[in-house]
Amino acid sequence: MNLILNIWRQPNCDSEGEFEVFKVSDVSPDMSFLEMLDVLNEDLISDDQEPVAFDYDCREGICGACSLVINGSPHGPQKATTTCQLYMREFSDGEEVWIEPWRVGAFPVVRDLVVDRSAYDRILQAGGFVSVRTGAAPDGNTIPVSKDLADRAFTSATCIGCGACAAACPSASASLFVAAKISHLGLLPQGQTERNSRVRMMLAQMDNEGFGHCSNHAECQSACPKEIDIGRIARMNRDLSRSFIRRT
Amino acid sequence: MNSELNAGDPTGPLENRWTKHRFDMALVNPANRKKYQIIVVGTGLAGGSAAATLGEMGYQVKSFCFQDSPRRAHSIAAQGGINAAKNYQNDGDSVWRLFYDTIKGGDFRSRESNTYRLAEISVNIIDQAVAQGVPFAREYSGLLANRSFGGAQVSRTFYARGQTGQQLLLGAYQALNRQIAAGTVTMFPRTEMLELIMIDGRARGIVTRNLVDGNIESHTADCVVLCTGGYGNAYYLSTNAKGCNTSAAWRAHRHGAYFANPCFTQIHPTCIPQSGTYQSKLTLMSESLRNDGRVWAPNASADQACNAADIREEERDYFLERRYPAFGNLVPRDIASRAAKEVCDEGRGVGPEVNGKRLGVYLDFSEAIDRLGESAIRERYGNLFEMYERITGESPYKTPMRIYPAIHYAMGGLWVDYNLMTSIDGLFATGECNFSDHGANRLGASALMQGLADGYFIVPYSVGNYLARHEAQKIADDHVAVTDAVENVRNRIEQLLNAPDAKHPPEYFHRKVGQILWDHCSMTRDPADLRAALKQIPPIREQFWREVKVTGSGEAFNQTLERAGRIADFLELAELMCLDALDRDESCGSHARTDHVTEEGEAKRDDENYSYVAAWEFSGDASTPTLHKEQLRFEFVHPSVRSYK
Repeated sequence: MNLILNIWRQPNCDSEGEFEVFKVSDVSPDMSFLEMLDVLNEDLISDDQEPVAFDYDCREGICGACSLVINGSPHGPQKATTTCQLYMREFSDGEEVWIEPWRVGAFPVVRDLVVDRSAYDRILQAGGFVSVRTGAAPDGNTIPVSKDLADRAFTSATCIGCGACAAACPSASASLFVAAKISHLGLLPQGQTERNSRVRMMLAQMDNEGFGHCSNHAECQSACPKEIDIGRIARMNRDLSRSFIRRT
Repeated sequence: MNSELNAGDPTGPLENRWTKHRFDMALVNPANRKKYQIIVVGTGLAGGSAAATLGEMGYQVKSFCFQDSPRRAHSIAAQGGINAAKNYQNDGDSVWRLFYDTIKGGDFRSRESNTYRLAEISVNIIDQAVAQGVPFAREYSGLLANRSFGGAQVSRTFYARGQTGQQLLLGAYQALNRQIAAGTVTMFPRTEMLELIMIDGRARGIVTRNLVDGNIESHTADCVVLCTGGYGNAYYLSTNAKGCNTSAAWRAHRHGAYFANPCFTQIHPTCIPQSGTYQSKLTLMSESLRNDGRVWAPNASADQACNAADIREEERDYFLERRYPAFGNLVPRDIASRAAKEVCDEGRGVGPEVNGKRLGVYLDFSEAIDRLGESAIRERYGNLFEMYERITGESPYKTPMRIYPAIHYAMGGLWVDYNLMTSIDGLFATGECNFSDHGANRLGASALMQGLADGYFIVPYSVGNYLARHEAQKIADDHVAVTDAVENVRNRIEQLLNAPDAKHPPEYFHRKVGQILWDHCSMTRDPADLRAALKQIPPIREQFWREVKVTGSGEAFNQTLERAGRIADFLELAELMCLDALDRDESCGSHARTDHVTEEGEAKRDDENYSYVAAWEFSGDASTPTLHKEQLRFEFVHPSVRSYK
């Protein structure tokens, strides 16, 4: 099939960007979206032009590197899918496709479709861990965790840190990302000791990075490739209130 | 041929060796640790855990990764699980049994001391991960759940659904984050190591390129730890992430670090086949699918292009069940992979035609669906079926899956001694980057175990032991070794950007060399083919440096330039892989040599002549490396011959 691509081009974070139009032909429906861009890029190089920069790595939906807004939706039209797992059979011949980077102030554009998501790393550095020294752990089975709790913690821990939640949010909030980690660790017995300080410090860092606050649009959970739901945000807010009342 | 290599492993009873060795190791006084600088390259399970632990001990650590965040390292993609000899299931497991299974799985081509230590440490890893909040699967009792994995007779695999690698990596990443916040680790994301700095015969630093602005920087330290993963991407198509590369290890190799057993790569039998020439990577499907799926191909080449449903039962060849009646569809990875490739090479493969070949066989669930019902199959494999359908557009409930083997893991890597130090003084290698524990074939659920054993529990001690014997010493930025290394990197980048007859994007060369490796240096190897490959590779390398085309500048974000540099190193490694495969005049582990198979077509090992680790030294010319041998001695286990008939 043939497609018209409108791709955001921007040399670096200090320059202005604009859409550039590319026509691609003979696109196979069995190609992934990123493979379609690979082919375009090889053609651009052969044509002495600079290829379109975009982030990718594992190409199996787990590393969280890929990050394209496709036709206005982070990771494109398919539900519960990262861009790398989106296949061209989801598009139709002759379709016009708009491809943009995450549009979030706290994620400055590095080049073209690549953004800097180190703000997410810094939020986790503010308290998204259990302080346990290597070698200081008791036997694994001395910390029983009910299956239900373990499963819920796991579901929160599946976040891949891609940034789609903030990219989808009208307030560019990182609430779902932060809440996923708060829930993962806060549900488990191992995470209780630091539960109060964790929620406060991570949310403070979220503010420092310039993310907005949750305004209950729930766009984040529709965009999340791992289908993490906004119930976690409610849980995070409760943890925050709780942290002012209870010591542990 | 050169002198025999010595691993420096302790002697005496196997179960006391690591304890004794730890006692014999020198220590750095806690107050002195902050004087030492350590560079850790890579942030996967091995690198993340090593940097976090060394930082926590009080050393000054610099950690590097080429990804935009340390959390994206490819350990994240491991699905199955992690082995540990906990014997929580009371099914007779023990450290000895895990040790034995690992060394036997590796077809008796790994070191007893290292492999035993790995099994011994396995139990600590689980404790550590649980304490960090890794959400392992639980039983209703609240205790940790286990499953049996990869043909093991005991249930010793701990798991977090199909995302065990992700959860363990996030555990290590969280430990790393804690140290970054504490200021003991300085993190350099989107920073790629391009050169090793050697001073007075010691590894003293690295030269990096900042991938955002192209800035070339030098970093010096008291020692360097490489945790940069495996080289499966030498084959172009593999289950590795696109960014996985051998460059850090290869730069070290060019400075004198021996590369061990480069031909030992693992092939996974159940991957989704290639659908076209544009294919960028292959996706692994869990091997558990073979529990209920039946593998077959049409009897006749004429049926290749037919719909599976149109091929009658008597026209189907269930080749694994036919050839291996005892194990059937559950034969080990290498046997299943080899059989599928043979069937396709005979012209009986199915699926789309790519470059004139159909490379795939069916994995058919129709019988299991009839027997157990669709809902039971959905319960077991629902997520895998969905993933398959997403990629291929076909539903495995209605039509058989198509599978084909793909490169999955590299057992070979930098040679290391018992302390995980390479043949370069002060240069350590951990995780998939080294060759140490898996011999000629890795057991399922053992890669995560090794990465974390090395990073949390071995290298922090052995690095301390090394540093205790050297005074902390700063290197001036204008030291001639530093400026020379920086200059080398700049020159190489200039060359990549300005090839005399620039014509082809870097991938053009990568696909070419990858195809040669896949055809001649994967699961079946023929000496004549390997010789032919050795003739084909050097001209591709020459053509690369003449005709590679990289547009854009070196002083900006330039992914083409990044890839070109990595491919240049794969083009040298590819030749070493073939040389090693040719030298190893036996079948072993995951590889069969066509001249060393039994009458029934089974691989034949040659313990008398090939019970060694082949460690290759760079000689200045990629085509003529020097071979060093580390003789493997088996004091506690007796190499046996496996049979799956």
